[in-house]
Amino acid sequence: MSKTFDVTETLDVKGLNCPMPVAKTGQAVKELDDGDVLEVVATDSGSMSDLAAWADSTDGVAMLDQEEGEEAGEAVYRHFVEVTA
Amino acid sequence: MSADTPGGDAGGEGTAATAGDVDLAALQAEVEDLREQVNGMSDAADAAGDDQTQMTIIATKGTLDMAYPPLILASTAAAFGWDVVVFHTFWGLDILHEEKSRDLKLSAVGNPSMPVPNAVAALPFMDSMTTRMMEKKIDEVGTASIEELIELSLDSGVDLQACQMTIDLMDYDEEDFYDGVTVGVGAATALQHMADSDVQLLI
Repeated sequence: MSKTFDVTETLDVKGLNCPMPVAKTGQAVKELDDGDVLEVVATDSGSMSDLAAWADSTDGVAMLDQEEGEEAGEAVYRHFVEVTA
Repeated sequence: MSADTPGGDAGGEGTAATAGDVDLAALQAEVEDLREQVNGMSDAADAAGDDQTQMTIIATKGTLDMAYPPLILASTAAAFGWDVVVFHTFWGLDILHEEKSRDLKLSAVGNPSMPVPNAVAALPFMDSMTTRMMEKKIDEVGTASIEELIELSLDSGVDLQACQMTIDLMDYDEEDFYDGVTVGVGAATALQHMADSDVQLLI
């Protein structure tokens, strides 16, 4: 929680494994407008690398920040994706 | 001699002007040629689908473990905005078969990663046992089911194709497949998309 973003929508993919975090994020950003920020909350440790790779290779999105934390004794990964164009 | 010089200059100017006219016409023709070529190239680029990355996967296996890779890659590629075709043939058709897809088996035989020797793995109950163990694990770690991945892929615009020749060969009916699966396609359709693709995989 070092930085705060003006989050438009939050996508909860906790408990879901590859490919679901990326696939559901891809579907979610299609529903958003330029400048919107999507927060993706995952428990899949692979989501750190996978969502970064997805944001890097996909047009119209930018990864603002990725945070690793712990909630209720469980590792939780938060990703902030901006829709750019 | 002094008179020749301006005359020579005038002549020189005349020649230069004529040469200039000729060059201009040639240049205009050349520019027209190039314009046509560039237009042709941009038409070809438009026909090729701009700069969208394309992927074709050929799925030929119908075991539980081999059903996952094509669906995981296809649904992820769709999230990247790629144009994806998965061409299912032979036992790969079972992945698209609504009933069979819910009952795909993991084979214990011929798999050196299995914790039992082949002689034991060949016993009649082993396939269903290893399948049950795998399904339990899939459920525990939160991995999506085959059915969920098919629905996700179709929702994300992946073209799941069922090879017509093998549908006939396996005695399947078009009605057996999930809604949204493309039928009535063959090797030529697959090759056409493979030729246009940036990524081609045989699984």
